[in-house]
Amino acid sequence: MATRNTAAAGRLLVAPSVILLFVWMIVPLAMTLYFSSLRYSLLDPDKIGFVALQNYAAFLSDPNFIAALVNTLVLVGAVLAISVCGGILVALLMDQPVIGQNALRLMVIAPFFVMPTVSALVWKNLLMNPDSGLFAWIAQSLGLSPVVWFTNHPMLSVVIVVSWEWLPFASLILLTALQSLDEEQKEAAALDGAGPVSFFFYIVLPHIARAITVVILIETIFLLSVFAEIYVTTTGGPGVATTNIAFLVYKEALLDFDVGAASAGGVIAVILANVVAMFLMRIVGKNLEA
Amino acid sequence: MARKQSSGKRLGVTLLAWAVAFVIFFPILWTFITSFKSELDAIAMPPKFLFFNWTLENYAEVQQRSNYLKYASNSIVLSVGANVVGLLFAVPAAWAMAFAPGKRAKDLLLWMLSTKMMPGVGVLVPIYLLFRDMGLLDSLWGIGLVLMLLNLPILVWMLYTYFKEIPAEILEAARVDGASLYDEIVYVLTPMATPGIASTMLLAIILSWNEAFWTLNLATSNAAPLTAFIASYSAPEGFFWAKLSAASTLAIAPILVLGWISQKQLVRGLTFGAVK
Repeated sequence: MATRNTAAAGRLLVAPSVILLFVWMIVPLAMTLYFSSLRYSLLDPDKIGFVALQNYAAFLSDPNFIAALVNTLVLVGAVLAISVCGGILVALLMDQPVIGQNALRLMVIAPFFVMPTVSALVWKNLLMNPDSGLFAWIAQSLGLSPVVWFTNHPMLSVVIVVSWEWLPFASLILLTALQSLDEEQKEAAALDGAGPVSFFFYIVLPHIARAITVVILIETIFLLSVFAEIYVTTTGGPGVATTNIAFLVYKEALLDFDVGAASAGGVIAVILANVVAMFLMRIVGKNLEA
Repeated sequence: MARKQSSGKRLGVTLLAWAVAFVIFFPILWTFITSFKSELDAIAMPPKFLFFNWTLENYAEVQQRSNYLKYASNSIVLSVGANVVGLLFAVPAAWAMAFAPGKRAKDLLLWMLSTKMMPGVGVLVPIYLLFRDMGLLDSLWGIGLVLMLLNLPILVWMLYTYFKEIPAEILEAARVDGASLYDEIVYVLTPMATPGIASTMLLAIILSWNEAFWTLNLATSNAAPLTAFIASYSAPEGFFWAKLSAASTLAIAPILVLGWISQKQLVRGLTFGAVK
């Protein structure tokens, strides 16, 4: 019940946040757009000139860009598949009447709170190191030769590390959704003689479908810009084997000092993210109305 | 209980669940154990699980060699400071959207959220150049500002979902009794909103603590938080696993505890209220 006064006060209270976010997003974004039309290298800052879409042409035809785009999609796709499928299984398991459920939950969610630089380095060294890592020992004990993870399977290694970070997130969200499933509905299904498989596909899956969608969208947004894990393990290599778009833009900007090209890459990354964001906003927006 | 389960089956499921949870948790446990080993024990093959000389020297050395406390205090200053300032902006905004929504409140909320979808690399170049020109690179103020802005949409959004749950009738009653806007906020709203604000703050601190894109790119030494401190272990000299583990344990322990406390709110916060 907003009177005219409170509405005015309301606008006044919202304004600072809106202005801050507007400046934070729109100004740099406009600058990125502007830079992306320039020949602008920090190594040669006197030679700034307008080149229209040349940066985009160069960026898009650069084989490294194609590789980075493919890597980005592979990374996002693989981690999504692992974390969502794994998350469903873990959530189903945790939802059972198991002994010590709370302790289990704490253990499962823990990796999500580990900072990305820590998870990446711990996995790379303590677990995946081919000489003294734990996986090497397991392989040896089984009579296999240790896998040289980050050299021979760089992308798979990054996928494993990032999946470990996001599986807990998916599990926690899906478990929360599962727990809101009616006991009555479960009982009714049991009375009707639904087996576990049909129970899962006709009752459980539809119930958590929205949560799954939300997990997919949110993870996609974060996974599109995975950076720290690559930065501390492979630095994009070997070659460009683990360079995703986020890392490529970083490399062009802060290692090669090519402002123009990096900006064009940044704009492309924004477009990619926005496609995903549009779907997410639609779901969240619907929820706002409910 | 939907289905009667035999106790044998229940035991089996419990064992399976514990096994899965153990595997997921294991890398953290392993890091913790390794942090008490000597560097030689840390790389021993076969690995030493529990029977080795437990030592605290890694913790001492991490502080001595690389001044852990400086990075830790940067992390604390940045993640707490940025979000306290963020609250100053977010609380009024969320209050207004929940209790005095204009026609565009919903659009505005969604727009704020959409700024969160912007990938960092999209604005890395201009922010880097602006910061360079303004002397904000590697400064707590500059990085704090970025962290504050990164979290502002989440702060507003989460607070909004909490404020929405406060019955508007109470506020109306206060208004009828002649409470001013100031009274309303301080005496009515604040006490009721404190739990929501606290859990919002907790989540925001966790997110800032672990933020690694901007902190790695904008900080080099003076203002570098723990994310950058740990990253410096990616180019090691000699044997360093035990020290890496000690540093890692120190870097994640406080936030793990906070995370465990706030895990219920986490779901709401991270899905923007879409899953409760």
